[in-house]
Amino acid sequence: MKSRENILNKLRRQIVDQVALPEVLDGPWIQYDDPKSQFRTMVEFVGGSVTEVASPTEMLDHLGNFDEWRAAKRIFSSIPEVPGNVDLAAVEDAHDLENLDFVAYRAQFAVAENGAVYLSDSDLRHRVIFFITQFLVLLVDQRDLVHNMHQAYRQAVIPQPGFGLFLSGPSKTADIEQSLVIGAHGCRELQVFLLNNPS
Amino acid sequence: MASTSAADHANLADQFVANGERAHWHDGALWFVRQKRDRMARSLPEWEELRQRASQIKAHTMSHLPAYLEQFEANANRLGVSVHWAENAQQHNEIVYSILKRHGVQRVVKSKSMLTEECHLNPYLEQQGLQVVDTDLGEWIVQLRNEPPSHIVLPAIHIKKEEVGETFHQHIGTPKGNAEPTFLTHSARHALRQRFLGAEAGITGVNFAIAETGGFVVCTNEGNADLGASLPPVHIACMGLEKLIPRLEDLSVFTRLLARSATGQPITTYTSHFHGPRPGAELHIVIVDNGRSELRANATYRESLQCIRCGACMNTCPVYRRSGGHSYSNTVPGPIGSVLAPAMDAKAHHSLPYACTLCGSCTDVCPVKIPLHHQLLAWRGELAERKLIPFTKRLGMKVGRVVLGNTRLYVWSGWLARKGLRLLPRWLTHNRLNVWARSRDLPQPPKRSFREEYRARKREQGRSQDENLSENH
Repeated sequence: MKSRENILNKLRRQIVDQVALPEVLDGPWIQYDDPKSQFRTMVEFVGGSVTEVASPTEMLDHLGNFDEWRAAKRIFSSIPEVPGNVDLAAVEDAHDLENLDFVAYRAQFAVAENGAVYLSDSDLRHRVIFFITQFLVLLVDQRDLVHNMHQAYRQAVIPQPGFGLFLSGPSKTADIEQSLVIGAHGCRELQVFLLNNPS
Repeated sequence: MASTSAADHANLADQFVANGERAHWHDGALWFVRQKRDRMARSLPEWEELRQRASQIKAHTMSHLPAYLEQFEANANRLGVSVHWAENAQQHNEIVYSILKRHGVQRVVKSKSMLTEECHLNPYLEQQGLQVVDTDLGEWIVQLRNEPPSHIVLPAIHIKKEEVGETFHQHIGTPKGNAEPTFLTHSARHALRQRFLGAEAGITGVNFAIAETGGFVVCTNEGNADLGASLPPVHIACMGLEKLIPRLEDLSVFTRLLARSATGQPITTYTSHFHGPRPGAELHIVIVDNGRSELRANATYRESLQCIRCGACMNTCPVYRRSGGHSYSNTVPGPIGSVLAPAMDAKAHHSLPYACTLCGSCTDVCPVKIPLHHQLLAWRGELAERKLIPFTKRLGMKVGRVVLGNTRLYVWSGWLARKGLRLLPRWLTHNRLNVWARSRDLPQPPKRSFREEYRARKREQGRSQDENLSENH
């Protein structure tokens, strides 16, 4: 506790010019004519894919064409139409999720400017699923697309205590000679399904 | 902190450029990143507005720092976080070790944190018998090779893939001679997965700490910080006290600037907001001063605390690109490192503010508008005043001041140089004593000085004008 007082007292004794805190949510921030196409461009730019579907059932049909999905042994899903076989609430130790193949998750919203999808652990016992799974499949309603990060932070609800995440593309690195490699430590592939629901 | 004598930048750079091919390759690799950054910056019409607001948010936070630190601590406590305070590197290391010891931790996974590099946490923990694994791929490569990182965002930018292949062959048994980046990365993924699963604690850095919520944000592309913080029962996050921002919404500015400036990505793959521990786990935050408060007191260098560690100033710096990160002998190299290092130890790092051409490119790309080249110039003045630069350099400056301050002396010296350089033998101008001429040729001296040239032209113009006038009449 002595260090705390020493640091704070030292800072309090210093005379520093006051600077006003600027507004950040409002500003001349970019808006896209077609946020959906911008979102798709950015997700593809960062190594993911975007598929438009009319319903979660259609999403399941798409997944069926995917060898890795058919071969998957352990799947966690938060989407009722997409069947999973891992009950997170029954998993005591996060380490037991080591062999998780797929996570299918319904995200709250997504951001056109950078292809980021917002996720939180408010309804999850183990947030590690987003990182430990080999394949990540996200479902976002296209009505929940925002243009930029300013709108995103207006909207993001981070559980407190809890965890919030903007995820843009699959895990990647370019640490070896600037060669981009997908699949560093987190998911090796990211598929985003945009729900194009007329109702 | 006791003064250690870091090697002179110019001497270390000399070793780096001795391998010309490699130096060019390094230069090109960083310029590639700089170009990606430019494309991203240009994709946003509001780029300059973002920089302005980011700079203002940071300046505001610095001006109210003690209040925001207390607010952050109170909110973090409310979320169930233990907050610790360290005045210096040693206290930081002791705090981290005491937490690990209490839990009987033997194996630690770490994500990239320049602060823990600055504090030399790894060797400290290893001395206590702990096993520490850096999990960022670049950091792991340099850790296995027993080197410090040479760049704050791209720690292994100076290493060739063949060398990574050899390192992995020795340490994780990949086939000898295989230098394919995808294969090597996936081999590392496999090996490090086991380290993640076996770790009893995870240490991460902090990109932004939010005063109003008590939460903090960590940005990575690999997902290593998240795995390391979401599996083991203990998470320790280490942050310099300048990482604070007032509001959650301020992240809307910083998340747009950070990755675009750093690597030319629209945002990092993972932008993780940690608010309190996971159920059944512990979360500790260590707030570190280690010289930062002294910078805050100094109006000349205060803005250097606004740095968000994107590395854009390094990627653009013509000196950094050609001399390599290790030539700076400091955890943070490049322009921002050359401002921060002398603040920690002016004697040891006196050569860094001179590792600069004052071109100003760093200032132009800095996302939080730190006037880097002005600060580097200010350091030069201060170092000279404190007699911390070599005598020869000081003498040269003194002579320069006298000559440039006296018109007649200046004119006479110019004459002397124009005549002298033509007559003097090469061995007299190019010898060991004249460091400047070591890799440079002196220019061919002109016949006339600028003044003489100017006067002669004036005379000629006057004559032709007279002729024109007489023709018209």
